[in-house]
Amino acid sequence: METGFVHHQSAHCENGVASNLLKYHGINISEPMVFGIGSGLFFFYLPLLKVNHAPAISYRPMPGFIFNKAAKRLGIKVKRIKFSNPQSAQKALEENLNNNIPSGLQVGVYNLTYFPDEYRFHFNAHNLVVYGKKDDTFLISDPVMETVTTLTEKELEKVRFAKGALAPKGQMYYPVNIPSEIDWETAIKKGIKNTCNDMLAPVPIVGVAAMRFLARSIRKWPVKKGVKVANHYLAQMVRMQEEIGTGGGGFRFIYAAFLQEASVVLKNDSLKVLSAEMTTIGDLWRDFAVNAARVYKNRSNQTNVYNSLADELIHISNLEEAFFKKLKKAI
Amino acid sequence: MKKEEVPQDKSNLSKSNMKELCYATDENGNYTTALSSGWEPKTIALEQSMLEINERIEHAKEDVKLGLVSPIVYFMEVCKMDWMTLSGYVGMWTWRVKRHGKPSVFKKLSNKLLAKYAEAFEISVEELKNYKGE
Repeated sequence: METGFVHHQSAHCENGVASNLLKYHGINISEPMVFGIGSGLFFFYLPLLKVNHAPAISYRPMPGFIFNKAAKRLGIKVKRIKFSNPQSAQKALEENLNNNIPSGLQVGVYNLTYFPDEYRFHFNAHNLVVYGKKDDTFLISDPVMETVTTLTEKELEKVRFAKGALAPKGQMYYPVNIPSEIDWETAIKKGIKNTCNDMLAPVPIVGVAAMRFLARSIRKWPVKKGVKVANHYLAQMVRMQEEIGTGGGGFRFIYAAFLQEASVVLKNDSLKVLSAEMTTIGDLWRDFAVNAARVYKNRSNQTNVYNSLADELIHISNLEEAFFKKLKKAI
Repeated sequence: MKKEEVPQDKSNLSKSNMKELCYATDENGNYTTALSSGWEPKTIALEQSMLEINERIEHAKEDVKLGLVSPIVYFMEVCKMDWMTLSGYVGMWTWRVKRHGKPSVFKKLSNKLLAKYAEAFEISVEELKNYKGE
């Protein structure tokens, strides 16, 4: 069995799955559009929570939030089911395929056989689409891959029931109800407002305030934790910012692409100007990554290199604060 | 990022012929997509993490040899797991799994419990039991 599903590569897995599934249902929505309407741009820093033995830094909201928010704002109903046992999870998936419903799955990356070894970490918030089954192999569309791929029943079961933080518990999701008329304007405005409020939130661990909090921490790392740990933390931060799925610059370029598309839909030229501004901010994030890489590559142990990285981060946070205030007024 | 600036460096991706999608602007400043084979700052970050993992593995190996920790700790590092992930795979509380990391407690574990760990690490019970840090 095989549904008439078309694979498009995307930068980020969750947007990609959402965009691919909705395209299958006749809604032509790009990846940046899903990202923007679903308020995917974010910043989060929680030093007490450790991921891969480094403080938790995230450039995106919790897994599932983007698609859920985007779907809600577009008036689309998405069904999500979790399973307690693998047999019923596989049965439900096969039933969907028999009914010509390509289905999104949350999976763990560690056992994804088609990923290069270096990328196989215990990260459980990856997303892919199963669009068919031949004999005992499932046909897989993983949005970060250039082409479609396959997984055996056993392999798929393993990634669906990966354990640890954010365990997917076999989670399967697919759109069930699609409105005949979509109010794009309201959806886009809601998405933008939500992002502005998140980024300007008066809490120290979210948005521009979190960037400043992180900058303060970076200054302390080499003294408090030693150079080795400080460099490990920096490397982890760059990975969160630039790894596959971010589209570069910690999602800033995807967001700029969204603003450009939004300026056409809303017939609002100021969004186009702001898109260009976001591109510049994205470039600054890239510069930050280059400079951070220089620090952990050379194992330079002067505290002033950490201070200058922190200054860079403060500069970006000031630009982003001004940016989101302007964006809020523009719509 | 301009389209022609999308990095095409050698990376762990290019080894397996994978390319990732990036968003970049064309000559008129309009957004488009481009494929990237990798970017050096990222490759170094990933290498740094791999180095860190290998150091942890070596450290655990030494500790098993010196009788400071049980083989569970070593295989946990080999599988890139932490206590929380491991406790998820074996279906036990984290404090219990941590306790099994002590050599004295590990020695008394039943085969049934050892089998759970062996399955999580994808090795045999014998391999787990007989690992001495060599």
